[in-house]
Amino acid sequence: MTTFLGMPATAPRGVGNLRGEQTFPAAAHDALADSQLRRNLRHATTTIRGKSGKVIAELPDWQPLRDAGSAIKTDVLARLPELLEQLEERVTAAGGVVHWAADANEANAIVTRLVRETGSDRVIKVKSMATQEIGLNEALEEAGIAAVETDLAELIVQLGHDKPSHILVPAIHRNRAEIREIFLREMPGVDPALTDDPPVLAAAARRYLRETFLSTTVAISGANFAIADTGTLAVVESEGNGRMCLTLPDTLITVMGIEKVLPTWQDLEVFLQLLPRASTGERMNPYTTMWTGVTPGDGPQNFHLVLLDNGRSAVLSDPAGRSALHCIRCSACLNVCPVYERAGGHAYGSVYPGPIGAVLSPQLTGIADNASLPYASSLCGACFDACPVKIDIPSLLVHLRNEAPHPRGERAAMAAAARIMDRPRVYAAAQRAAKLARIAGRRGRGLPPPLSGWTAGRDLPEFPEQTFRDWWASR
Amino acid sequence: MSSKDLILGRVRAALRDAPVAPPVPREYRPAGRPASLDVLVDRLLDYKAEVHRVRQDEIATTVAGLVDGAVIVPPGLPRAWRPAAAVPDDGLAPDRIAAAAAVLTAAAVAVAETGTIVLDAAPDQGRRIITLLPDVHFCVLRPAQVVAAVPDAVARLDPRRPLTWISGPSATSDIELNRVEGVHGPRHLHVLLLDE
Ligand code: SF4
Repeated sequence: MTTFLGMPATAPRGVGNLRGEQTFPAAAHDALADSQLRRNLRHATTTIRGKSGKVIAELPDWQPLRDAGSAIKTDVLARLPELLEQLEERVTAAGGVVHWAADANEANAIVTRLVRETGSDRVIKVKSMATQEIGLNEALEEAGIAAVETDLAELIVQLGHDKPSHILVPAIHRNRAEIREIFLREMPGVDPALTDDPPVLAAAARRYLRETFLSTTVAISGANFAIADTGTLAVVESEGNGRMCLTLPDTLITVMGIEKVLPTWQDLEVFLQLLPRASTGERMNPYTTMWTGVTPGDGPQNFHLVLLDNGRSAVLSDPAGRSALHCIRCSACLNVCPVYERAGGHAYGSVYPGPIGAVLSPQLTGIADNASLPYASSLCGACFDACPVKIDIPSLLVHLRNEAPHPRGERAAMAAAARIMDRPRVYAAAQRAAKLARIAGRRGRGLPPPLSGWTAGRDLPEFPEQTFRDWWASR
Repeated sequence: MSSKDLILGRVRAALRDAPVAPPVPREYRPAGRPASLDVLVDRLLDYKAEVHRVRQDEIATTVAGLVDGAVIVPPGLPRAWRPAAAVPDDGLAPDRIAAAAAVLTAAAVAVAETGTIVLDAAPDQGRRIITLLPDVHFCVLRPAQVVAAVPDAVARLDPRRPLTWISGPSATSDIELNRVEGVHGPRHLHVLLLDE
């Protein structure tokens, strides 16, 4: 396809982590055979669902908050050019420097140049989906710059020479014994008497990274939110590694997708209530850092903001698909997805796994490069109910299935997909029955309201393992 | 063409259908409800912070009774609050701050419903680094600083200041979803809620 200047463009091939090496069914095959992985995943997703349901039920206005969040995001997309220009102006006025990156290659080049200009050959990083998407660590490494991931889970992934498998808990596929082994093998200076007690493992990471935090002069982050009318950036986190990266170095480089901008400071009152409860199941995450440009004498004295397109304009150009850009990366849709729970994050082949990944990855790359992902779903609808910004993921999946190319080679996949798609109708009936039962007074076993609607559904239609496997096997 | 022009051109082309967003419905609970100190204390304890109800003249002794060693204080912290071991931050080196036993600061706002304390780097709170490196953070809170919910805090805060929202001590759930308090930030958070 020829790309015309100024026309929306998908994310380029050959760089970044949006495309898997295998189709979803082929990649999921291994995961389905790994019972340890499935146990880890089930434990993790069940735990988060329970916590999240509890704190969401504490808010009497969860639904109005979702409505507001969804409407704000719709407004953001409709006014994106104006908001981005306003953001640039405010960040610049506050002492920051704004860069525009059309795709992953350009973003990687900009960040590499900025790091080189500082003279440092090492950067500390706080977990960021955008920088994983563009393959920034690989690009920096090629330029001779070491990128140290400082989030505990990212550190586990990095030391394990592994790939993240969940947006929020990237090492969700590792249990404590595996983590201990990775630390013993890969962590310089680790205590050989290390046990697999989680506090002991966390303390080992604290010791290992402390010196690095204090001696590295450049940090790279993503951003959860950027406020157009004030130029404020916000990073939401738990461990304090984010605060370290955002406070200690001389230079801070933040890479952010263009869809992350919010119009006003007041809008944060919505998203700071939605995100932690949907994401980690906390009333508030332990730490949130907000900064506006540069503050003399406090924190980084050089601040660069890199605004990234990398396929987002292509997503935006589809009126029926653009709501995928509302995503605030909370990962609630992963935690309720029966397919994710069985297949795991790696099967999606992209940094964006689970239901939102099944939508967003093909949209960002162009459907031809991720044609099997829109089929990585039973269309049960749990993701829609769980999404704090009300993205109708099932409808987006159906829309993308219609867009997907249907060449000869794909036909088998389509047939197989069609077979599993018969099942959800059965499950949907079961869910409807569950809902009726709940209305009649028999509470769902899972979460308290308002999430009991889908947990009741989830408990009933447990994807029959055999059928699911049959389907993969028949591929 | 600059990349900025390229991206904005793409975005404008993507919006050629000229979508119009409906007004944002803000039917959620607005700012302005009364705040409950009991709710705040309950939420702080739930997230493993420790809470002490003290008078102004008890701050120094409370702190001194809980830690041994240097206590970093921001330059604008009221003198009457400072323990004998107070070390005012006059641009201390990071090593020095990291080696201290604790840090003692005021706060800007606290959110009862979420158990959150917000620091805004005012003179009685200091540079962000001083509340990050020591292992223990003592934070003095006046009842008038406590608001009901997130919208109240957002309305009170000034976005031009660097803000740190703190809900309990640093924590991770990255290992089998077990919550472990204390990874990189302070492992202990003591809130000194003033009796006024
Ligand atoms: S699609 Fe919705 S539920 Fe899924 S990660 Fe994004 S915001 Fe969360």
